[in-house]
Amino acid sequence: MSATPVKFYQVGSFAVGNRLLDPELRSAQSEQGRANSLTSGHRACQGCGEALGARYVLDAAMRASGGRMVTVNATGCLEVFSTPFPETSWRVAWLHSLFGNAPAVATGVAAGLRATGKPDVRVVAQGGDGATVDIGFACLSGMFERDDDVLAVCYDNGGYMNTGVQRSGATPPAARTMTTQAVGEHPGNVFGQGKDVPRIAMAHEIPYVATATVADLRDLEAKVEKAMGMHGARYLHVLVPCPLGWASAAKDTVRIARLATESGYFPVFEAERGEVTSVRPIRHRVPVEEYLALQGRYAHLFSPVRRDDVIDRLQAIADRNIARYGLLEEVH
Amino acid sequence: MLRQVEGSKAVAAAVAACRPQVICAYPISPQTHIVEELSRLVKAGELTGCEYVNVESEFAAMSGAIGASAVGARSYTATSSQGLLYMVEAVYNASGMGMPIVMTVANRAIGAPINIWNDHGDSMSQRDSGWIQLYASSNQEAADLHPQAFAIAEELSVPVMVCMDGFVLTHATEGIDVLDAAGVDAFLPPFEPRQILDPDEPVSIGSMVGPDAFTEVRYLAHLRQLEALEVIPRVAADFAARFGRDSGGLLRPYRTQGAETVVVALGSVFGTLQDVVDAERDEGVSVGLLGVTSFRPFPYAALADALAGVRRVVVIERALAVGAGGIVSGDVRLALAGTGIGQRTVIAGLGGRPVTTTSLRELLGRAVRDELPELTFLDLDTAVVDRELERLHPSLREVRS
Amino acid sequence: MTKPFAITLDVGSSLANHTGAWRQERPVYVDLTPPCAHACPAMEDPQKWLYAAEDGSYEQAWRTLVESNPFPAIMGRVCYHPCETACNRTFLDEAVGINAVERFLGDHAIEQGWTLPAPATTTGYHVLVVGAGPTGLSAAYQLRRLGHDVTVRDSSPKPGGMMRYGIPAYRLPRNVLDAEVARIIDLGITLELGRRVDDVLAAMAEGFDAVFLAVGAQLGKRAYVPAGEAARIVDAVSMLHDVAQGEPPLLGRRVVVYGGGNTAVDAARTAKRLGATDAVIVYRRTRDRMPAHDSEMAEALEEGVVVKWLSTVAHADAGHLRVERMELDESGFPQPTGEFEDLEADSLVLALGQESDLTLVDDVPDVALSDGSVQVDSSFMTGHPGIFAGGDVVPAQRTVTVGVGHGARAARAIDAWLRQSPVAEPTEAPIAEYASLNTWYYADAPHAVRPRLEAARRTSGFEEVVQGLDAETAAYEARRCMSCGNCFECDNCYGVCPDNAVIKLGPGMRFEIDYDYCKGCGICVAECPSGSILMVPEPR
Repeated sequence: MSATPVKFYQVGSFAVGNRLLDPELRSAQSEQGRANSLTSGHRACQGCGEALGARYVLDAAMRASGGRMVTVNATGCLEVFSTPFPETSWRVAWLHSLFGNAPAVATGVAAGLRATGKPDVRVVAQGGDGATVDIGFACLSGMFERDDDVLAVCYDNGGYMNTGVQRSGATPPAARTMTTQAVGEHPGNVFGQGKDVPRIAMAHEIPYVATATVADLRDLEAKVEKAMGMHGARYLHVLVPCPLGWASAAKDTVRIARLATESGYFPVFEAERGEVTSVRPIRHRVPVEEYLALQGRYAHLFSPVRRDDVIDRLQAIADRNIARYGLLEEVH
Repeated sequence: MLRQVEGSKAVAAAVAACRPQVICAYPISPQTHIVEELSRLVKAGELTGCEYVNVESEFAAMSGAIGASAVGARSYTATSSQGLLYMVEAVYNASGMGMPIVMTVANRAIGAPINIWNDHGDSMSQRDSGWIQLYASSNQEAADLHPQAFAIAEELSVPVMVCMDGFVLTHATEGIDVLDAAGVDAFLPPFEPRQILDPDEPVSIGSMVGPDAFTEVRYLAHLRQLEALEVIPRVAADFAARFGRDSGGLLRPYRTQGAETVVVALGSVFGTLQDVVDAERDEGVSVGLLGVTSFRPFPYAALADALAGVRRVVVIERALAVGAGGIVSGDVRLALAGTGIGQRTVIAGLGGRPVTTTSLRELLGRAVRDELPELTFLDLDTAVVDRELERLHPSLREVRS
Repeated sequence: MTKPFAITLDVGSSLANHTGAWRQERPVYVDLTPPCAHACPAMEDPQKWLYAAEDGSYEQAWRTLVESNPFPAIMGRVCYHPCETACNRTFLDEAVGINAVERFLGDHAIEQGWTLPAPATTTGYHVLVVGAGPTGLSAAYQLRRLGHDVTVRDSSPKPGGMMRYGIPAYRLPRNVLDAEVARIIDLGITLELGRRVDDVLAAMAEGFDAVFLAVGAQLGKRAYVPAGEAARIVDAVSMLHDVAQGEPPLLGRRVVVYGGGNTAVDAARTAKRLGATDAVIVYRRTRDRMPAHDSEMAEALEEGVVVKWLSTVAHADAGHLRVERMELDESGFPQPTGEFEDLEADSLVLALGQESDLTLVDDVPDVALSDGSVQVDSSFMTGHPGIFAGGDVVPAQRTVTVGVGHGARAARAIDAWLRQSPVAEPTEAPIAEYASLNTWYYADAPHAVRPRLEAARRTSGFEEVVQGLDAETAAYEARRCMSCGNCFECDNCYGVCPDNAVIKLGPGMRFEIDYDYCKGCGICVAECPSGSILMVPEPR
């Protein structure tokens, strides 16, 4: 990570705040006067990772842009829970058009801002994994290919949660959804080839691609800040646990995201122009089972019959990530 | 001054004269020449202050236009046929959010079977999309309608579709008074958006509206379109005053005075029909012609006025509501309800089938003799139909007879 | 802007929607007792002053510290730090070096010349403290802070008690002792040295409203060791006392120390420094059963002290001893084996425990004694109204730390008694358990090891063995504190709330839950590093 290394103990840079830090090194979330881009009163479920992730990202982007920013939002949970007439929870300039077009709308917004003499206003497009990985994928790729001046953010909760938890292209193997139910010989989602959008984004050789989770705020904020400091098409993929869809305890949202990275199942890295430039190394490695066990969507792997064969395949995915990104190497 | 120019280029010039700030372009025949020419104008520096975005689909084109419009940029795109259908979700979205986008639809049939030639099946499918739809009867009018479309759209915060027949107009080269920015500037003021996505005055645009307010939202949109019935003629009158040319408006009557039979039509067939009307009049047949320029909003009252006193109306349609018949006919029928005026529907020119003077005159002859059935398919090859029915659907022969 | 109806909304308008109604449980902030504070006999709350030290606010840290203990520089050297034994960080890596930071703060305060705050009021009561050891001085300090006039009487020529006459200088340099004692006396305490109190009632009659007995346990226990006439036998307490007075006894080159407590170790290490080539501790049990503190023992071994485990001295003679090998029975008690060996020894130092000289209460029948200790009630008062006792004279562990705690608690009791008001015993909140912490958030941070004098240089004199931390290291060490059970404003709750329902009140003011919007998801509780938020059922 490019963040300034902080030489001290206590909570280091793991916690949201640290009173011992120089003010300019403090997280946006720790600021008393943070933007609160997504404010109270929204209708997200208890413990919603996406609500958390969206505020993290947008507050950091607001800070980085000095408030000169507009946001385009795809249809999905984030949109529905934040803007049911007559109330909106957004405190930023925000536009929702459709499910599959947020990157394209953002392209238009960016073009419109240039044409109307406001090139300083930055554009963030955000949506869930359905909007990004599936239905809006063509628009995302088009935006990347044109290198439009847009930061696209995917809040990945691995499924269509707004419509009641159906499978998306980002649903992990073996996970139970309403359209990949935990019945039959191969319960849960299939082991497909996967659709690794961060790597697909890298293949576009856009200026910046990064992954992050709601469990590592400082890393996430640093990436947003870095992305906002660049121009052209940028992509940030944020893992946001969903208590509803993952059948996990509301209180465990951050913990599960942490286990996702500490097991290697969700690699956290950043890339510039198609090359990985840094990874967030695993701090205390855990077997992927610890990550799975907290989530009811994997309950069929543990009872009535323990499916070690499936758990092993999921562990293999984590192991491959660890090897591919060097997640166990020391920080330099 | 008239210049021999292709219809698409005249439209492109007219669009450029409107100083659009964002153009989202995606190719599809027969619209392509318009965006090609606009691309050239931007690249060559003839159209400045404009972001020309080559998007990856029509869906993205309309989406980009929505985004651009939301930040207060005058936005334009053009499409046809499958392209229009591919962007449909965004088409409705643009009108729902009141984005004053102008889009040229170079009318083309919708597949399957795939067909690149002209009919109105594409734009007619967007009849209820909340867009204003203006149909050009000629290339001059197609060009002239664009500054008017921006004026109407921006005054009402409603998007406007300018429909022009594909190939028949887009690819026809003729003498056209090509608009330029200097001329248009005096007619079309700069875009002052009604709402704007702006960090200085943040709002949330595009909320989710439930049963408690959805009807009201839709009703208000309906009222805005009704308001357009006042705005469209006024803008046309302004245009006429400035350019000395009668373009646009709600309806285009031709020799309807005292006509016993009036043909109602949209688009370029108007020109052919003018010739037919002239020929019939020369022979003493009391026929007239009424072009519908504004299909949405539909000018019910104006149409009823224009047709007051006629005996029969023949609506010629270049689209088919499969299983129902005419599309425009339904609106005409509603406008004429209670007048006792007889009405017939003719489906003509689907998928580029030529609508010839000969056929039209023969058709009119049957019309004035009251020999037309409710629904006629002009120049239908009955031999082919009979053969196919025999081969595949013998039972349907009963339906047909 | 003309906003279209319903499609476009005013920002932040969802504040009208009070999602707190969804809640079934609510988070509440708590302040628990950190295990270090719970374990501290001197009633220090190390977490409090570590918090101040974390950002280098050393004076504030010191001032917080001296509210309970006026001897941070001393305690930072001689305390066996039960706080560190209790420290939750031991479960993570190693205990926070509380003792080292305490010493740093103490030394730093001496360097900076910080003084203790003068008493705000004067009560007019006069209290006599008998004994200028840690217990007596602690009591005197606290009584003075409460506004009482205090006179401290001690039979020795210098103040400090066992801190001066028991603890060798290589563990506690005398300049440190002098500085911290002087600072207390400077509060306006009358110190009468060289004045032994033989009759407490007579002393009290001089005009004191109350007396606190803190005379310590200065007499080496006499154990019967069969010995020849020529055997040289001394007791450890006297030996250390004489060394402290600058009159070291002649022990010879081979010294055997008999005993297993800290005093035995002090005696052996002191013997080394006095020139003994061999210093052998004879102890009848095994190392794990030895009462001497591990660090003391480790340092002694480094310095060449040798221990004969499972051994008793059977007979002492000039130049040699006979030692019997012992073995532990099933209950862990050493039993003789009848196997003997001889050790060369020029002298035998007995370190078998200490006793108090309680002649001053001989004539006070109300003051009950038992096993050589004064019996007191929970407020440290003897059976005689107005006579209190604490430290080594009452049954307790005999350490400086315990003494300081006794002094402070007794002072509070004396104050209450004088004012005829009940003693305000602070109620202790539940202890912050390790399991309630989320230790993910604490940076991996090894214990800052205090530098120590090279072993070779140690035995050549009484130079201090363990060195202090520097200012930077002290701050880092302080920052290893996990603030168990108490908010330290890491902002986690404020950050991790998906509903923006935690209000940050500003530096030092902590946070508040906004129950209008808190949905009760519990992430703030789960992600609070220090376990300072609890989930409780929603009141109905």
